[in-house]
Amino acid sequence: MKKMNNKAVNSKLNLDFSMVKKARETAKTIALDTQKFIDKHTTTSIERTICRLLGIDGINEFGVPLPNIVVNNIKKGKGLGIGAAIFIGNAILQKNLSPQEIAEKVSKEEIDLTKLPMNDLIEIKRAITNLAKKTLEKIKKNKKKREDYLEKFGEKEGPLLYIIVATGNIYEDITQAKAAAKQGADIIAVIRSTGQSLLDYVPYGATTEGFGGTYATQENFRLMRKALDEVGEELGRYIRLTNYCSGLCMPEIAAMGAFERLDVMLNDALYGILFRDINMKRTIIDQYFSRLINGFAGVIINTGEDNYLTTDDAFEAAHTVLASQFINEQFALLAGLKEKQLGLGHAFEMNPELENGFLYELAQAQMAREIFPKAPLKYMPPTKFMSGNIFKGYIQNALFNMITIMTNQKIHLLGMLTEAIHTPFMSDRALSIENAKYIFNNMKSLGEEIAFKRGGIMEKRANEVLNKTYKLLKEIGKEGLFSTIEKGIFAGIKRKINGGKGLEGVVEKEKDYFNPFIELMVQENLM
Amino acid sequence: MNNNFNKNLDLTKIRPYGDTFNDGKVQISFTLPVEDDEKAIVAAKILVRKMGVKNPSVVYHCPLDKGFTYFVVYGNLNQTIDYTEIHIDAIDKEIMSIEQINEYIKENIKRKIIILGATTGTDAHTVGIDAIINRKGYKGHYGLESYEMVEAYNMGSQVKNEEFIKKAIELNADILLVSQTVTQKNIHLKNLTQLVELLESEGLREKIILICGGPRITNELAKELGYDAGFGPGKYAEDVTTFAIKEIVNRKKL
Repeated sequence: MKKMNNKAVNSKLNLDFSMVKKARETAKTIALDTQKFIDKHTTTSIERTICRLLGIDGINEFGVPLPNIVVNNIKKGKGLGIGAAIFIGNAILQKNLSPQEIAEKVSKEEIDLTKLPMNDLIEIKRAITNLAKKTLEKIKKNKKKREDYLEKFGEKEGPLLYIIVATGNIYEDITQAKAAAKQGADIIAVIRSTGQSLLDYVPYGATTEGFGGTYATQENFRLMRKALDEVGEELGRYIRLTNYCSGLCMPEIAAMGAFERLDVMLNDALYGILFRDINMKRTIIDQYFSRLINGFAGVIINTGEDNYLTTDDAFEAAHTVLASQFINEQFALLAGLKEKQLGLGHAFEMNPELENGFLYELAQAQMAREIFPKAPLKYMPPTKFMSGNIFKGYIQNALFNMITIMTNQKIHLLGMLTEAIHTPFMSDRALSIENAKYIFNNMKSLGEEIAFKRGGIMEKRANEVLNKTYKLLKEIGKEGLFSTIEKGIFAGIKRKINGGKGLEGVVEKEKDYFNPFIELMVQENLM
Repeated sequence: MNNNFNKNLDLTKIRPYGDTFNDGKVQISFTLPVEDDEKAIVAAKILVRKMGVKNPSVVYHCPLDKGFTYFVVYGNLNQTIDYTEIHIDAIDKEIMSIEQINEYIKENIKRKIIILGATTGTDAHTVGIDAIINRKGYKGHYGLESYEMVEAYNMGSQVKNEEFIKKAIELNADILLVSQTVTQKNIHLKNLTQLVELLESEGLREKIILICGGPRITNELAKELGYDAGFGPGKYAEDVTTFAIKEIVNRKKL
């Protein structure tokens, strides 16, 4: 309680922290309520993730991933309700083969998993838990390696510069990523090929063709990780790697990322529901397991609230962003993520013609900082009002950079002066990094030096947003999260509970359902 | 450059304008895949001269990475063009206001018009279609949902051409709006062409006003692809609707 008071004293915006507390409690009730639904279900993608975590990988001669083949086999035998782990564990005991060998035999139709005689359930669970523990050791080693790197090179103070590569060709991406790292980028995100979020399988191997981005595959992850480690060694900095843990394969991507030591993952069910029309039940169930894995692997998740402002108005809809951040925070904590792993999202998207727009932006960014003091907030650059006037765009990005340094945002997505024209040229990125470095250095301590006027525009703005947020959260608390989304409260987009893509992959858990990783990871994440 | 050039405006021989007619001043920036050194600067100048630019001056250069150098160059373009020779197929220049549009529809069409829009194919960008259709619109230009005489439907993004046509038939749409943003490897062109082909095979093409829009779309490109019109950046709901309702009325007269 004392801590809370201290924060209130330090609040530049004179925020009402008793209301922040109530808002947080309401969000927790919303998350717990939804969690009850989550706990009763599994999905095809979660079961495929379990296959991957047990060591199943590769594709058959038609390019179908073996995890899909195994899960389809179990689904056909109506066994998904007790989970893939039980059938794989049983096959291990029956055939004395590894999960990968079993998957290969399933693929050749030499084994039908649900038709094998069943061993004793306790023995199956013991066998599978032993395997699961080995996998988790492997992931822990990756986490340790990241920590060692950070210890060796030191963690950067101030904002992390985040840039995007999106050539479609992983090898070309590597060239661009290395150049960007040398220019000063701290985080490299490889944008996925358009539409990958709607694929109900993960493509395999190194890829050189994509649309608007590069396919997320485990091999592509590995290649980029290796390249960034090399350039990081050369520069004496740890370069973080980001990908997109969203869409129909959300938890599978999390597992692949844990294996290949990704550092940051976009990971937000609400984003998929609203902007990719993925079924809400499917993706909220998937989100839990994916966040559990990300939490375990020490990955920072990024949430997608910033996107609301590309379809909704940044001034009018500010409270929907904050409400969603509160809910996302609670879902993440339930999955065992630590506050320092929560890259909650928001964006600099106010209309540049709005009088005092900069003040409102600054107030909102400071508000997010004070409400989520330990979270490495993800701050997105202007996109909606980037017009093709590259010179004005460069200034818009400069204002955005100023807010980041004044309010201590952490994951800073660099704005490109050629936003809305083309995917960035090498020179666009260099200019953007130069802009940010200039401002971050030149204005470094401004935030610590200034106070905002009591009762001024900014203080009023922040408290008004907070007020509206609490009201909205109370409404959501009454309605439930799903029916709130059906009403179009977030981003002005309505989605139906049984609409969207992927509903057919939702399965009710049966009494004997078993996923060895949930328990093991929960224990570890709570430590 | 000598100072003896004609300093009066001559529309048959125009050049870029810096601070004097016909000075031909241009700014160019680009990256060359070479080391940043004296030789690179000479290379940049030679390249710019080849573009038809005299007196190239490399005002800034810096390395972007090993073997990549960025340049900013100024110079005088010596090419001219005859402006009076250019004829373009511009969409109606008189853009009506929302009130005028509603009046025009009441008087000439005498019923609400039905407009269906979507971002088609794998494209996930909705900024364009939202700017035209959603009530809030964009930059103070209200969207079609706010028009009294328009019934507007926004299917959002990643809509398959087949689904789009199915919905158009179901709603008996007068006007179809297609937004395309993702342009890598020209995927948008294939997608736009496929829609025209599907509409033709369904026998719907002539019954519908077909319009596309997006950052890389021009009216010329749209017509080449078999659309009635195309709208690029800086066009709003009024621009699109003014064209569409006049086209409906014109077709009736035929």
